[in-house]
Parts: sequence; structure tokens; C-alpha cells
Amino acid sequence: MRIAVTASGSTLDAAPSPVFGRCPIFLFVDTDTMQVEAVNNNAGASSGGAGIQAAQFVADRGAQAIVSGSFGPNAYNTLSAAGVEMYTLAGRTVREVVENFKAGRLNRVTAPSRGR
Amino acid sequence: MRIVVASGKGGTGKTTVATGLALVMAQAGPPPLFLDCDVEAPNAHFFLKPALSRREDVNLLIPQVDLARCTFCGRCAEVCQYHAIAVLNRNVMVFPELCHGCGSCTLNCPERAITETPHVIGVLEAGQTPAGIDFARGLLNIGEPMASPVIRALKKWRTAAPGQTVIVDAPPGTSCPVVEAMHGADLALLVTEPTPFGLHDLRLAVELARHLSIPAAAIINRDGIGDDGVERFCREAGLPVLMRIPFDRELAAGLARGRPLPEISPAHRAQLGALAGRLLEEARA
Repeated sequence: MRIAVTASGSTLDAAPSPVFGRCPIFLFVDTDTMQVEAVNNNAGASSGGAGIQAAQFVADRGAQAIVSGSFGPNAYNTLSAAGVEMYTLAGRTVREVVENFKAGRLNRVTAPSRGR
Repeated sequence: MRIVVASGKGGTGKTTVATGLALVMAQAGPPPLFLDCDVEAPNAHFFLKPALSRREDVNLLIPQVDLARCTFCGRCAEVCQYHAIAVLNRNVMVFPELCHGCGSCTLNCPERAITETPHVIGVLEAGQTPAGIDFARGLLNIGEPMASPVIRALKKWRTAAPGQTVIVDAPPGTSCPVVEAMHGADLALLVTEPTPFGLHDLRLAVELARHLSIPAAAIINRDGIGDDGVERFCREAGLPVLMRIPFDRELAAGLARGRPLPEISPAHRAQLGALAGRLLEEARA
């Protein structure tokens, strides 16, 4: 399964990033092989709509699930529409986060973090 | 002549100065056109007391996607500078609150699957004040994030008669809505207060005025508090200080009751009158 984790560095040992739309890097991880693809998040620099842009990007890149600290309303709705499952971060490194994901220890996100 | 009253920092007295100027001008000569462009919190009507008799909605044209024609190619999302549209497998999402109504998605859709529908974001209101001032204001609807289109619409809706002076009451800050309010002005009156915060934002406002090639001058409100940083900055930047309004309990109490500055204090009526005369004279020269 291909999942994405918001990260502050480009390896499995990097710390996860608690923000979604403006995280520095997306780490796409194949949970079977633990192969990693690190991609800089271009949405981080946009003045508005970063959550939507990042959600579109993660969906386009084929992630079936995304793990981050929180998802705002626009990001949440976009990811939901794209069928990407959202989970809340737990772990000090991306590797730990992925292991927690594989073990079913991460909480599924079912509502945006900041309602209007 | 078009005068924009701006500040950078909020609560420095933009509306006090703008409404005061408009009233003394209306007393001395032909009444000006007054545009309250602080559309997120317009308050000039408290002082000018217009009878608002005309109204018009402000619309943005928001894309609507015909999913039967859409091939989900993603071109619309690609060209949108504001990320207001997302294309996801067999779904297209539009975020009206992020849309600037620029029309790029519609123009670039290869399938012509996008039409535009009006989305009301605010309202324009206009009327005469007892002093004969042509008054108009914009009001952004609660929950709508974009003030600039309302300001743009207001400036288009009410234009000056030949030779009529326009006074624009700008929003605080130096972001897009302020740029929109300042754009086209012949003079920027920057109202500030002699505090570090006032100075910080005055610097930004001066920079913005220079960027827009609008001559600027300062008015110092709450004169007597704080420090001499603003005075020094004005001297060094070559920014003329056209008026000083003291930090005064009587003025504050009067303004809080909705009384305009020239009505509260004859001394300030005279000062504003002299300022108005000077500005109009310079405009004619």
C-alpha cells in the first residue's frame, strides 16, 4: 500500500511534520517494501489554498492514505472526495509512524480539525 | 482630486480624519464624494449619517463544472492561481471562498465544460448625507474572505462628477484591499500615532504609497503619547506632517458618541478647514 506522511526531512528517520498543507516534504512510502519517495511540497509557498493544492498533489501521486498532524476543512473535503484516507500522526520518526500505521495503531481522521 | 486616507495600523483615526475633511469641504464649497472602502468594518456612516437609498449586490463569477462534459484533464486546477478548484479522479471541487472570479478556468477548459454563476459576496450602499456629501460604502458579507472585489466594485459604482473631490476611507493594513483602495489616488494621507506600533505600520504604508507613486503626507493622531520615533521618521523620510490631533479625553468621548471631529472642536474644524483649503489649492496648482 502506498501512503504519504508529512515530514520535515527526506528519509524514514526524519521527524514527521504536524502540518498538512504547508509541510516541507511529503514522504511517499510503500508499506510492503518500505521504499521511499521524497517530494518537496510546493503548496507550502502559496498564499492561499495550500491545503487544497497539497491534497490534489497527494491524490495525484497515488497515495491511498495520508498521515499528518491535522487536516483543515478544505484539505479534509478534498482528500475525502479523492478517496484518500486520513490518519493522525503518532511517532518520533516517519519510520515509527509507518510502523504504527501498519500495526493499525493510528487514529483515522473523520472530521476536519478546524471547523468554521 | 482623489484623496485616500490610510494608515497601516488600525484604529489610528482614519475615519476621524476622512469624515472631518469631508464635512469641512462640504461646508466651504462643493460637497465631495465619500467612499468608505473599509468594507470589513465600515464606520464612516456613524459620523456622516447618510440616508442610504441605493443598494447593489457585489457578485463574483464562480465556476460551475458540467461533469457530463468534463474529461477530468485537470487543466482548470492547473491554471487556478488560488487553488480554488481541484480535480480528483471523477470529481471536481470548487471552493467559492478562495475563488477570485478571474475566469481562467473557464477560459482554459478544452471541453467548454465550465460556466460561471454569480456568487454574492457583499453589497454596495449609497445616499446623501445631511451636509450634502455623496456617500457610498461597501460591505463584505460575514464569512466572505475577499474584500478587494467589493472595494473595486464600489469605486466603479460611484464615480466623481467633473471637478468633484473624492475622499476614500481605506481599510487598515497594507495588503490587497488597501492597494485597491489607494490605487488611483492623487494623495495619500497617512494617519498614524506616535508609538512604535504606529511607526512600524507607517513605514509600510509609506513604502506602499511610494510603490504606487502616490504622494504621501502624515497626520499624527494621539499626539503627546509615546515617543518621538514617528516625528523623526517623517523628517528623515521627507514626509510632511500636515496636522496633529492631541490625545484628548473630550475628543475621544465625542467620537465615541458618533460626533465628527469638526463638530466636537472648533479648533480642529479650523485646522481641518485650513488643511482642506491647502490640499484643494495644491490640486489646482
